[in-house]
Amino acid sequence: MTLAKRIIPCLDVTAGRVVKGINFQELRDAGDPVEIARRYDAQGADEITFLDITASSDDRDLILPIIEAVASQVFIPLTVGGGVRTVADVRRLLNAGADKIGINTSAITNPQLVADAAQKYGSQCIVVAIDAKRVAPGKWEVYTHGGRNATGLDAVEWACNMARLGAGEILLTSMDKDGTRSGFDLGLTRAVSDAVDIPVIASGGVGSLQDLADGIKLGGADAVLAASIFHFGQHTVQEAKQFMAAQSIPMRLV
Amino acid sequence: MNKIVVVDYGMGNLRSVAQALRAVAPEANVIISGEVADIKSADRLVLPGQGAMPDCMRSLRESGVQDAVMQAARSKPLFGVCVGEQMLFDVSAEGDTPGLGLLPGKVVRFDLRGQMQADGSRFKVPQMGWNRVRQAQPHALWQGIDDDAYFYFVHSYFAQPENSLHTVGETDYGSMFACAVARDNIFATQFHPEKSSAAGLQLYKNFVHWKP
Repeated sequence: MTLAKRIIPCLDVTAGRVVKGINFQELRDAGDPVEIARRYDAQGADEITFLDITASSDDRDLILPIIEAVASQVFIPLTVGGGVRTVADVRRLLNAGADKIGINTSAITNPQLVADAAQKYGSQCIVVAIDAKRVAPGKWEVYTHGGRNATGLDAVEWACNMARLGAGEILLTSMDKDGTRSGFDLGLTRAVSDAVDIPVIASGGVGSLQDLADGIKLGGADAVLAASIFHFGQHTVQEAKQFMAAQSIPMRLV
Repeated sequence: MNKIVVVDYGMGNLRSVAQALRAVAPEANVIISGEVADIKSADRLVLPGQGAMPDCMRSLRESGVQDAVMQAARSKPLFGVCVGEQMLFDVSAEGDTPGLGLLPGKVVRFDLRGQMQADGSRFKVPQMGWNRVRQAQPHALWQGIDDDAYFYFVHSYFAQPENSLHTVGETDYGSMFACAVARDNIFATQFHPEKSSAAGLQLYKNFVHWKP
């Protein structure tokens, strides 16, 4: 008996639609969000993450009906991230049915938001997302705005700071690996996972089922997040779980 | 009609609990309420809780429903979830907070520093994710749920019942701890049935039809 490692499919949402695309190009409607979420639940997904990639803050709240619809019918944890700037944003998303809120750029521009949101709603629902780029051997820098802006912050130190401020989990994305389908940045994943006492979700670069397994076995991650390998029918979550269980990774099989 | 009240005392997201109950009991009248009258007229109560125990206890006290909940807990089926489970005990180490005293025992924090999980990774606190629940004792609410089924946990503290007969479910995280407790008309879980997919829904379904 042991805590299972988690597999988390990630869905992109823009302007109130769940979409799929490659590197934000050629966005296509991916179908009904409830139906997609239900399918992943049936396949054994341990959580589902929705990433709001809406560029305009005017359209930001259009994600709320999607979360409401999914939460009323799919009973596994739902995380929502993207464009969260205030405690009021956190409250709105929680009230819509999200269980955890991902905070990325705002954690850097306003770290107090992480502390305030964790204080008010509990650390368990605050996930700090970190986008990191390798700058030297064994050294990674935090970037914002989807990897465009360098912050000068060391990713490992930043993760520790966020845990201290009250983050309940770290969603760690390698900007070098994201979209390459060549596997997680295992050095980065291991460095952060060893440094913090809270769970770490590895993200960015998954191209095969072995990549998922490596994220946990070699990277030390508690959970792995992936999008394209599940969206495009390459693999089901169930296949991924069976593959990982065969490598002695504790998995909840359905 | 079966009136199920999810007690609203200002802590946590009650909607997911209510929605899960509605999904398994479309014929029941499931409401979220912080009104004493609703608690008094309820057939069943669910006591959720999220965040820190001192905040939850303070909110319950200040909401004015504590007496009604205590009264209901003497006879009506009551389901405590997460901090709503912890609150049923005498005292919590979190802020040295007195609980409702409906179950003898205390609530303590995981102390897993230096310990490694079976796969060689460190224990993280909070325990966050899916873990197996061993059915330590038979109970009507376990009907249709496999022994060692997975449920979803998010917590840093857990209850230690004084009376082992009150432990109906156990989970291993560093060591075995009580994750489901029961006495007479009370059943409570540290894990979140409303986030535990099919197994969680089955547990709520059993609660909705439970005749203790």
